[in-house]
Amino acid sequence: MSPTELDTQAPPFAEPHVADQTADVALIVNGRALRLVIDPRVTLLDALREHLQLTGTKKGCDHGQCGACTVHVGGRRVLSCLTLAAAAQGQSITTIEGLAESDRLHPMQQAFIDCDGFQCGYCTAGQIMSAVALLQEPCGPDDDDVRESMSGNICRCGAYPGIVAAVQAVRGRRR
Amino acid sequence: MDPFRFVAAADEHAARAAASAGARYLAGGTTLVDLMKLHVERPRTVVDINALPLTEIAETPGGGVRVGALVRNSDMAHHPLIRARFPLLSQALLAGASPQIRNMATTGGNLLQRTRCYYFRDTSAACNKREPGSGCSALDGCNRIHAVLGTSDHCIATHPSDMCVALAALDAFVLLSGPRGSRVVPLVEFHLMPGDHPERETAIEPGELITAVDVPPLGFATRSAYVKVRDRASYAFALASAAVALDLRGGEIRDARIALGGVATKPWRAREAERTLVGRPPDAASFRAAADAALAGARPRAHNGFKIELAKRTIVRALTRAGAMA
Ligand SMILES: Cc1cc2nc3c(=O)[nH]c(=O)nc-3n(C[C@H](O)[C@H](O)[C@H](O)COP(=O)(O)OP(=O)(O)OC[C@H]3O[C@@H](n4cnc5c(N)ncnc54)[C@H](O)[C@@H]3O)c2cc1C
Ligand code: SF4
Ligand code: FES
Ligand code: FES
Repeated sequence: MSPTELDTQAPPFAEPHVADQTADVALIVNGRALRLVIDPRVTLLDALREHLQLTGTKKGCDHGQCGACTVHVGGRRVLSCLTLAAAAQGQSITTIEGLAESDRLHPMQQAFIDCDGFQCGYCTAGQIMSAVALLQEPCGPDDDDVRESMSGNICRCGAYPGIVAAVQAVRGRRR
Repeated sequence: MDPFRFVAAADEHAARAAASAGARYLAGGTTLVDLMKLHVERPRTVVDINALPLTEIAETPGGGVRVGALVRNSDMAHHPLIRARFPLLSQALLAGASPQIRNMATTGGNLLQRTRCYYFRDTSAACNKREPGSGCSALDGCNRIHAVLGTSDHCIATHPSDMCVALAALDAFVLLSGPRGSRVVPLVEFHLMPGDHPERETAIEPGELITAVDVPPLGFATRSAYVKVRDRASYAFALASAAVALDLRGGEIRDARIALGGVATKPWRAREAERTLVGRPPDAASFRAAADAALAGARPRAHNGFKIELAKRTIVRALTRAGAMA
């Protein structure tokens, strides 16, 4: 849909998109210090995608129900769709774009390829961010433990067997 | 979202000063931001309280634990004191939401999370809780997920929390700090039944801040369990859940704690059921009798009658699990 089409479909009574103030937000994204002056309504997800052109992080439900928007804030996995960018002030954020070291993929990224951990790829950035965080969390050894710990990431294509295999491969629990 | 002013509070004083009428505190944001996107919450000011020093978990005299309002649900669940002394609380927290959400969700925010009633979340539907006096769309609508205990003719929404169910079983206290000083409210009195005023959900007053939750000592809580039944294995709200603890000595139940989730309008303490267990052996017949007592007052609507038997079996399973512990 082109921007003009969008405009013509906007209801005439839509509230004007203005806030009575802006938020001045400093973030460290994938090691880069950045500053954004934004409407305080902007979520971290929209800040990444729309303001910083980091579109690897995906928007699925925008309501905390799918995990597609998973990123790391301060080293922990969280949902960027339910995080206000202004509330992430001063925080260090890692997105899927920040995992690889130049041309060398993160072992979890490589494992997702090797184990067939995705089909359409829409959920994959969130899956991998969750899976990388899982490595530092208390999580039992079994496939079922991984399933439970990855349950915050929904995959519409049903790539779950490959996802569990990838996580277990990186944890050295398989092959 | 509707426009709002964003204030990052440096301390408790600044937070309360910024919390004028129409303001909301922001903790993990997993309830508030979600509902702001739906225009169900329309705060004029959002006061970020994440810089406040309410992140501690500390031992209290006698073997209890005080948990700061900004402790993340994942940190409480995995804390050695919680795991060792109150396994049902750790299990309840880990049964809630997803790892990402638990890394965001806080003790205080969890206490104040809002119902998942579909009509509450849909501003085009009548809902007494969201808009007092507008009616209740769930009474004769789709009410499969709704409550069978503690309902009124004005609202049948469940309280969705898992954590609060364990806290109800443990007789926890909510610590509040407000313009008129500090006070302590028992958790079982913190959440209100809908009655004629479903829009009034808790005992918190405008501008008041939750600072901590106190879990008092309970020796036999080491023999406890939280069982949650939902539509899928994980990442779903409870259809029925039970938090239980058993004081077993000489093959006899001396004391018991039972609280229910997913079936009631507030975290539901089942004291009648607890009493039926005292002096009885920890066997299937005793557990079933307790389960029957817990649901004796249940009032189903068109689609949620299944929850009565489901809740009973959930109680029996939780008691069986606790009873079998070493
Ligand atoms: C997809 C999804 C699935 C979920 N599944 C479950 C589940 O299975 N089980 C379950 O129990 N929960 C579940 N939850 C709910 C989740 O546990 C709550 O959203 C969370 O606990 C709220 O905490 P928060 O810190 O994010 O609160 P916030 O959203 O920051 O705040 C919630 C409310 O509390 C107020 N508040 C917060 N802290 C304080 C304070 N210290 N003093 C005064 N007021 C305060 C805020 O103003 C706001 O009104 C789920 C949520 C989502 C989005
Ligand atoms: S059950 Fe309660 S929350 Fe749901 S529509 Fe009725 S009044 Fe609103
Ligand atoms: S987009 Fe954030 S959880 Fe779905
Ligand atoms: S790979 Fe398509 S949604 Fe997961």
